[in-house]
Amino acid sequence: MPAMNAAIEPSAPLLEARGLAYSRNDEPIFGPLDFALRPGEVVLVEGDNGSGKTTLLRVLSGLLEPSEGSIELSGEALTVARLSRQVALLGHQPGMKLDLTATENLRFAIGLFGQKDRSSVDDALANVGLRGYEDVPIRQLSAGQKKRVALARLLLIPAALWLLDEPFANLDRGGIELVNHLLDAHVAHGGAALVTSHGAYAFTSGNSRRLPIRPAA
Amino acid sequence: MTTATSGSACAAVFRRDLLLVWRRRGDALNPVLFALMVIALFPFALGPEPAQLSRIAAGIVLVAILLAGLLALDTLFRADYEDGTLEQLVLSPHPLSLLLACKIAVHWLTTALPLIVAAPLLAEMLHLPRHVLPVLIAVLALGTPLLSLIGAVCVALTVGMRRSGMLLALLILPLYVPVLIFAAGACNAAAIGLPFASPLLWLGAALALSLVLAPMACAAALRISLS
Repeated sequence: MPAMNAAIEPSAPLLEARGLAYSRNDEPIFGPLDFALRPGEVVLVEGDNGSGKTTLLRVLSGLLEPSEGSIELSGEALTVARLSRQVALLGHQPGMKLDLTATENLRFAIGLFGQKDRSSVDDALANVGLRGYEDVPIRQLSAGQKKRVALARLLLIPAALWLLDEPFANLDRGGIELVNHLLDAHVAHGGAALVTSHGAYAFTSGNSRRLPIRPAA
Repeated sequence: MTTATSGSACAAVFRRDLLLVWRRRGDALNPVLFALMVIALFPFALGPEPAQLSRIAAGIVLVAILLAGLLALDTLFRADYEDGTLEQLVLSPHPLSLLLACKIAVHWLTTALPLIVAAPLLAEMLHLPRHVLPVLIAVLALGTPLLSLIGAVCVALTVGMRRSGMLLALLILPLYVPVLIFAAGACNAAAIGLPFASPLLWLGAALALSLVLAPMACAAALRISLS
């Protein structure tokens, strides 16, 4: 969609990191990193195991304080309250209760984060290929299906910036296509995403960049 | 776009935690049954003389309910910590302390409230003097939420550690002792006909203070545990 890209292009970066670094107990984990994420962009964070990809996402989501550098969200300094209205984090753990059904888990997420216009729990579950599993406790789903429920959460909550930590893990070929499709749709609506991967997956989304990350020396 | 208000977020936390307790009602009933068993077993061990039992009845009920609350405390944040839902709570745009207050309220409702309701029966089993019963119930109504709130802060501090059971007990014990002293003091004073208002007022003051401060302390401790 060139017309749309042209409209988005001059806008300010959604997320901008300057000299961002994180150390745990004086031991540097990653950084310093400089990057900007504009609406309509997907950035693939690439690095080996232990290179700090997950830590980077946790810093960007506001769970961890950066040790050095600054993060700006839409041109203003980041605070947790502002951040959480715009950012959705998909971590290693599904972030869902195993004893509750997919529908109950998603309703809870909506209660916490709000709901996008024209979205419904049933539609979101159908979109991730889980029609018919609405009222099954998550415990009985496979690891890949749990991941799909977590992806359905992204479709429901209003967040411009997606931080996805290894979204392809546990997914079959159809699931990988699904993630790419969801990302395409998200950036086409002016969203942006930061995706980590250790490089094993082919990444097909259109407007994507790569951000290599190495353990800090 | 529907934005979530803090009220709806609290309602969501409340509803979800109650639903979780209901889904695992077998496990959730454990602390309540534990307290009932302890109280039912004392007369067998001490002999059934009413004079002896009635003197220690209030103390037994208080200690049993205190320990029952402790049993369920360790799971208060641990499950949420392990499955990542705690991160979602921290990331939500609402005051974390408010959401945690809802979780603590559910803990109190499901472990302490059933025992307070059963307190008249338990007191009768141990021959507690009738005129002490209202004081015992008042003490429990003020004391058990206080125990839940204090306990939650300690659990929040230790949730990031593996095998924190021992540490949790060491942290909690000195904080629980004053609550127990004031609670038992009110009951004992009532039993021998002395004024019992001042220990009750102390409990009330401590409850008011911890209602405001404990959820904030919990939120700060959990943010540290998550980093």
